[in-house]
Amino acid sequence: MKQNPDYDGPILEIDRLSISFFTRLREIPAVMDFSVSVQPGEAVGLVGESGCGKSTVALGVMQDLGVNGRIVGGTIKFKGRDLAEMSQAELRDIRGNEIAMIYQEPMASLNPAMKIGKQLMEVPILHDGADEQAAYDMALQTVTDVKLPDPARILDAYPHQLSGGQQQRIVIAMALMSKPSLLILDEPTTALDVTVEAGIVELVKELGVKYGTSMLFISHNLGLVLETCDRVCVMYSGEAVEDGAIAEVFDRMRHPYTQALFRSIPLPSANKTARPLVAIPGNFPLPHERPPGCNFGPRCDYFEAGRCDAQPIPMRDAGPGHNSRCVRFEEIDWDAPPEASDKPPAPAPGAPVLKVSNLKKYYEVAANALTGGGEARVVKANETIDFEARESETLAIVGESGCGKSTLAKMLMGLETATDGTITLGNEEIQDKPIEDRGPSQVSDVQMVFQNPFDTLNPSMTVGRQITRALEVFDYGNSDDDRRQRMLQLLDLVKLPREFADRMPRQLSGGQKQRVGIARAFAGDAKIVVADEPVSALDVSVQAAVTDLLMEIQREHKTTLLFISHDLSIVRYLSDRIMVMYLGHVVELGTTEEVFAPPYHPYTEALLSAVPIADTHVVKKQIVLEGDIPSAMNPPPGCPFQTRCRWKEKVPGALCETEVPPMRNFDGHQIKCHLSEEDFASMEPVIQIAAE
Amino acid sequence: MGLFILRRFGVIVLTALCLTFIVFFLTNLYPNLEKLAKTQANARMSDDQVVSWLDNRGYLDPMPLKYARWLGVAPAYVRTGDDGAIVFNRCARPGEEPDEVGRYCGVLQGNWGFSTVFRSDVLDILAERGWQTAKLMFWVTVVMVPGALLLGVFAGMREGSKLDRSLSTVSIATTATPEYVSGVIFIAVFASSAVGLRWFKGTATSAMENITFENFTLPVLTVALYGMGYIARMTRASMTEVMTAQYIRTARLKGVAFRDIVLKHALRNALIAPFTVIMLQFPWLLNGVVIVETLFNYKGIGWTLVQAAGNNDIELLLGVSIISVIVVLVTQLISDIGYVYLNPRIRIA
Repeated sequence: MKQNPDYDGPILEIDRLSISFFTRLREIPAVMDFSVSVQPGEAVGLVGESGCGKSTVALGVMQDLGVNGRIVGGTIKFKGRDLAEMSQAELRDIRGNEIAMIYQEPMASLNPAMKIGKQLMEVPILHDGADEQAAYDMALQTVTDVKLPDPARILDAYPHQLSGGQQQRIVIAMALMSKPSLLILDEPTTALDVTVEAGIVELVKELGVKYGTSMLFISHNLGLVLETCDRVCVMYSGEAVEDGAIAEVFDRMRHPYTQALFRSIPLPSANKTARPLVAIPGNFPLPHERPPGCNFGPRCDYFEAGRCDAQPIPMRDAGPGHNSRCVRFEEIDWDAPPEASDKPPAPAPGAPVLKVSNLKKYYEVAANALTGGGEARVVKANETIDFEARESETLAIVGESGCGKSTLAKMLMGLETATDGTITLGNEEIQDKPIEDRGPSQVSDVQMVFQNPFDTLNPSMTVGRQITRALEVFDYGNSDDDRRQRMLQLLDLVKLPREFADRMPRQLSGGQKQRVGIARAFAGDAKIVVADEPVSALDVSVQAAVTDLLMEIQREHKTTLLFISHDLSIVRYLSDRIMVMYLGHVVELGTTEEVFAPPYHPYTEALLSAVPIADTHVVKKQIVLEGDIPSAMNPPPGCPFQTRCRWKEKVPGALCETEVPPMRNFDGHQIKCHLSEEDFASMEPVIQIAAE
Repeated sequence: MGLFILRRFGVIVLTALCLTFIVFFLTNLYPNLEKLAKTQANARMSDDQVVSWLDNRGYLDPMPLKYARWLGVAPAYVRTGDDGAIVFNRCARPGEEPDEVGRYCGVLQGNWGFSTVFRSDVLDILAERGWQTAKLMFWVTVVMVPGALLLGVFAGMREGSKLDRSLSTVSIATTATPEYVSGVIFIAVFASSAVGLRWFKGTATSAMENITFENFTLPVLTVALYGMGYIARMTRASMTEVMTAQYIRTARLKGVAFRDIVLKHALRNALIAPFTVIMLQFPWLLNGVVIVETLFNYKGIGWTLVQAAGNNDIELLLGVSIISVIVVLVTQLISDIGYVYLNPRIRIA
């Protein structure tokens, strides 16, 4: 039963909230002096990097801080009532009923041993006293509302039988079952692919309008917040540093951290030579090592000793409904452009160093892993891949999970051998040479930077030793001294202090670890470096620095960089050419300008539209793909994209369903599609920057 | 599913063959046979006499042949007299004519041999003793499994609480006390006539005919407590892990009461891991049974095993080992099948 149905004040009022976690050693303040309010029907975004306390705020609202966490100051009022004063029974009545939450990892948030239907039905049975039948009907209705196909079958399924996107829709359905007044979304799409993310965001917005639910949207992705929220609150190191209406904060920011954040993300206006990303210097302060005064002070360009570090900085009014926690915001010239860079322009691409032609990789999997029986099935991980990469060129390989981009990387590295086709490195074919059979020079020629720097460094070996080890493998130098010298040079190259040679990986931050990974990859003067999502595990402000470093080294060494990513913004920023992959096929290949402008492959078009862009001047065409990526085990016949393609009707006959399209060539820009010339000509650009 | 069970069954048969062969090999080593000859015929036989005694009964044939005979896939050893008439047939029991019984008599024919200690058919002994042990095992299971799960779940649902600490201490203490210690302590405290409470009887001999609370509590408790602590520890570990899972947070923030979180959301997930352990525990129980049955003079399989081993009763030993092998393999099969039912993520086609 809902309380106060007639209440019309703010749904959620957080006033000067402070939350601390208590360990044996000390009290660790996680959130300090945090205020925000959410009006009925309003969506408020909470933005910040990891560790800034945004999730703690959400759990604080839920009054679920665990054994160690405690609210040490301030109040959280829900519909005018202080949540801290409620009894456990009252809280249970509100949780899932009036305040519902959507979590980051849908798979982990659903009970693996309980059917979907039962998990959904629990909500009305618990809160509305509904009987089984009524609850089932409601569950069926809600699952239909979140646009899942075949709701009855889904209710009877276990979570592991659904895809990630479907699971997240179920979590959303579960949150909506009781028609809550407040919905807390904690990074709801971080674990999902971009096109799936676009679908979920669309759904959340639509449902917000339909049910009139207020939302607290927690994310690190500024673009996503722009698309979903009315107001935004930027957090840094446990404090809100700026809040206000979306347009106000995005266009008239009044806090140096917000500005630094925007300058470090690749917006369409950024450019790797003319307007490069500006990384935020320094590191995020640990909760017990926060500086006096302004937390951002030590990393701030506008820092003024004696004022910024004198006393705690209060939130101040910076315009209508706009607050900033900066003592100097009136004095700063906010419109000053970032310092122009003196970076040398990228050298023109040279001769081709890598040629891949007609490359295929099929895996055979047993139909039943447990019993080993049944017929073996074939997973077509890569289908007829053709491309070449030139010296000192950045070729981006873009696609969502399961598109075969990692398989391609594995074949280049020699971790897998090709089923068919050739990979020519220099003038030798290496497709059938596993890494064990490659000589030291071949191994050092093709190196990789991995996605997750936290897992790819040996935790029990010093940083220096790991790099020296790579040098040994590459047969570098004649003595240990040689290699040590080279290792220190490599540390200089990746801008790490030489003392780091004796440190253990656990003493390094994520960005520093990734630098070590880069040093290792470039240790043997690699000709080709495959960077597999090198920055996606890092925080926004660190991403810029690592990306910059990678490009700088590339320029100096004239390395060919194969940049694997699903993030089109960063790809647009740094790559020369882009290869778009879908279900093992290369569907589009061209220079960055060509790929980002029409004509598009229909999949590229959807991908471009799905990427959230944190710029209020950008106008995007809305294209939301239906359904999920088909399984590579059972790909659709004909064109791999035909099941989700919105242009399919334009192709006469059932051509799309029967024939794999040919690679069409538009002056070097290749598209694998059946569409006619006129259809390609009729395509409009997806991303347009509106005039100021 | 049918196919899966069939395959597993094949594996079981293969494993049973290997294991029995090992036991057969070890029990049929020459020193054992020599002892057998001396106990069966004459303790003061000379070495030559021993050899000829064994040779006349087929004990000195090659090991694989003897194993095949024991299994019943090769014809039994027969000795013919000078006239060609069968004068000795291994298949003949005392009192039976050697030429009237069949040529194949092995385990497969239901002929598990003849016990030299009890002077009766091994299969009959095993059936009778096995039934006694089955009764003991049944009550042990009834006490041990629910007790252990309760202990584990209560301890694990609030990690680090006072309840957790005290229950954990109890389970560690019971697991750390082997049966031969706890059994003796129980008898001393509850059954001894000198200082004890005299609540229960110190012997379970009477329980073979008539099980009562008084005569059966101590043996059951002795076996159950040892296994209980172990299973409880596993359950607790699994439960604490489940209670920190994100879907438990989902349930909590859905407004589910704590009791229902434990019963509806956590329990099934928490039982997946301990289930295998419980099933593994049954073969372990056989160990405890040997000690407890001897200690309480309860004449079941364990007691029989001790008698057989102590008296070099080769065929009875082999019979007991077959039973043990079957118990181990069948419980593992049950554990695999049950696992599939508990964990929906595993499906067997």
